[in-house]
Amino acid sequence: MRAFKLAALMLLTVGCAKEGANNSGTASSTATSSGSVDLTGAGATFPYPIYSKWFADYAQRTGVKINYQSIGSGGGIRQLSEETVDFGASDSPMSDEEMSKAKGGPIIHVPTVLGAVVITYNVPGLSAPLNLTSKAIADIFSGKITKWSDTRITSLNPGVKLPSSDILVVHRSDGSGTSYIFTDYLSKAVPAWNSSVGKGKEVKWPVGLGAKGNEGVAGQVKQTPGAIGYVELAYAKQNNLPTAAILNKGGKSILPSVAAVTAAAAGASAALPANTDYRISIVDAPGADSYPISSFTWILVYQNQRDATKGKKLVDFLNWALTDGEAEASALDYAPIPADMATKVKSKLATIRTAASK
Amino acid sequence: MTALPAQWLEKDRRRLRVDEAAIGDRIYEVITALCALIVPALVVAIAVAIFAAAWPAFAKLGLSIVTSSDWDVAGGYFGAAPALFGTLVSAAVALVIATPLAIGVAIFLSEFSPAWLRQPVGFLVDLLAAIPSVVYGLWGIFVLIPLLREHVMPFLRDTLHLGSTPFFTGPAYGPSMLAAGLILAIMALPYISAVSREVLLAVPRSQREAALALGATRWEMIRDAVIPYARSGIIGGIMLGLGRALGETMAVTMVIGNRPEISASLFAPGYTMASLIANEFSEATNDLHLSALMAVGATLFVITLIVNAIARWLVWSVSRVRAR
Repeated sequence: MRAFKLAALMLLTVGCAKEGANNSGTASSTATSSGSVDLTGAGATFPYPIYSKWFADYAQRTGVKINYQSIGSGGGIRQLSEETVDFGASDSPMSDEEMSKAKGGPIIHVPTVLGAVVITYNVPGLSAPLNLTSKAIADIFSGKITKWSDTRITSLNPGVKLPSSDILVVHRSDGSGTSYIFTDYLSKAVPAWNSSVGKGKEVKWPVGLGAKGNEGVAGQVKQTPGAIGYVELAYAKQNNLPTAAILNKGGKSILPSVAAVTAAAAGASAALPANTDYRISIVDAPGADSYPISSFTWILVYQNQRDATKGKKLVDFLNWALTDGEAEASALDYAPIPADMATKVKSKLATIRTAASK
Repeated sequence: MTALPAQWLEKDRRRLRVDEAAIGDRIYEVITALCALIVPALVVAIAVAIFAAAWPAFAKLGLSIVTSSDWDVAGGYFGAAPALFGTLVSAAVALVIATPLAIGVAIFLSEFSPAWLRQPVGFLVDLLAAIPSVVYGLWGIFVLIPLLREHVMPFLRDTLHLGSTPFFTGPAYGPSMLAAGLILAIMALPYISAVSREVLLAVPRSQREAALALGATRWEMIRDAVIPYARSGIIGGIMLGLGRALGETMAVTMVIGNRPEISASLFAPGYTMASLIANEFSEATNDLHLSALMAVGATLFVITLIVNAIARWLVWSVSRVRAR
């Protein structure tokens, strides 16, 4: 604290010396700008709408301003590793290799909200949502099923007349957490997918067209009869896209919804060991009401905070987000973290060490 | 010229001014020299940075980055041959479509157009260059692609029976090499036409008068007297358009289908180097992946250099032929 005052005093003196006539103005502006130590973060674009709402609300409540750049998960991880931001954000957990390269030491993964990926399609003449299984989705996206009238689809949709037209697969062309969640699900649920394509933010797609962003995929699907693609739940809901019901592990065909995503997290979190680092995947989660293509999104912070003031503000914000912030999530079509899990995450936040304040 | 003696009377004062101006000249010279040095230094710095970042990928994967077709991030294979192919083919399609159109526009505006039409048409064509590429991309998605899918592609393939050639076969999804080529053609057109128009307008009047005096028709005059005179400038304009087509990213990504595969058919989706980088860079965390993307950037850089060198050579050889 003393060092900080000294710095402010020095700034003031410089200000006075440079423009003596205007020193009162300089003094007050210096005081306000250093009074709120801004936090900076960078990373995932997917949770950006809810994060920016959180930051705005939090600034209004506490005066702490947080600047977030939604440059993508990869960029967020890079910038955090280089310590150019105070926190990162990612749609996929960091790998051990990435964690070992971070310059600021151990990193804590703080799950903030949940997202889900939905299957959207353009099949003229359908009145009810299409029913699909993980196997059928994997077969479609690997080109083994090429027509809508294939028995592997019709057997899942008894009584529905499907056209004999070709299926056009549309996937993301840009590296994306959405692709990661989708391929993570197929890898976990379908062994053949795991051994041929695997999972990642960008994979080698066996068939189909690549479109940029959720809007690119949705646009291409909407325009092309016979097309199928995958987009984020929030995007699909806000644009009223047709979405498929997917058979979950509990044996129930379930439509994507905020509640079904939180249910998936609850099912997964019950099984978590006490010392988990929250780098967990909840795709294909157990539970009769769980939507199977769901995932956390994380804020990444260093366990050892170098700047005591910033470190405290960051922890305070995260605690607020996991308590009051979660209530705002579902209005923006994000699924909140289950309450008991939020409590466990907050106890994890208590392990963040800040440099001893003077 | 009549004012000359009066100026001579002020000879001494003028000499003084020249001396004063000389200091200004010196300053001016230094400033312009700095400008002229900073830009090449910047190009060199960019090249060094890109090649340094690309080096780990080249060291590990060698030339397979440009020769292999296997781009599999999870598996650690980075072969950008389909993107290299797509960059060259989409740019070539663009030039094949844009060049005759642009030169046609330029000839009309410089030779046939009534004066009142020249300004507005020229202005509107130039305006094409001012439209942001993302807007071209959106237009491509919402207008061009449906048009291609429902009308143009079936017409080319079935009505004109071009489906029997390998270049127009396969299902018509819309996003394709053809869509990318068309978008790029529209984007490159204003560059080619603006340069060609200025060059044609700069052809001396005597050139035209001489041809007409020899009994040439208007068409013969343009073909034999005007265009040969302007040829090197027109080629320069085409190369400028080619540069635009090679480097364009956003609009192409939105319409090309982003599929890393080499196909002879223009109906098939493809990929370009610029869109590959734009698509994958922001989410690339793995070091080799990042370096491979830099290597793709370095390759694009080299290709642009080669294209510019060819352009220089063409302009030079064409003007040499004329001088002979």
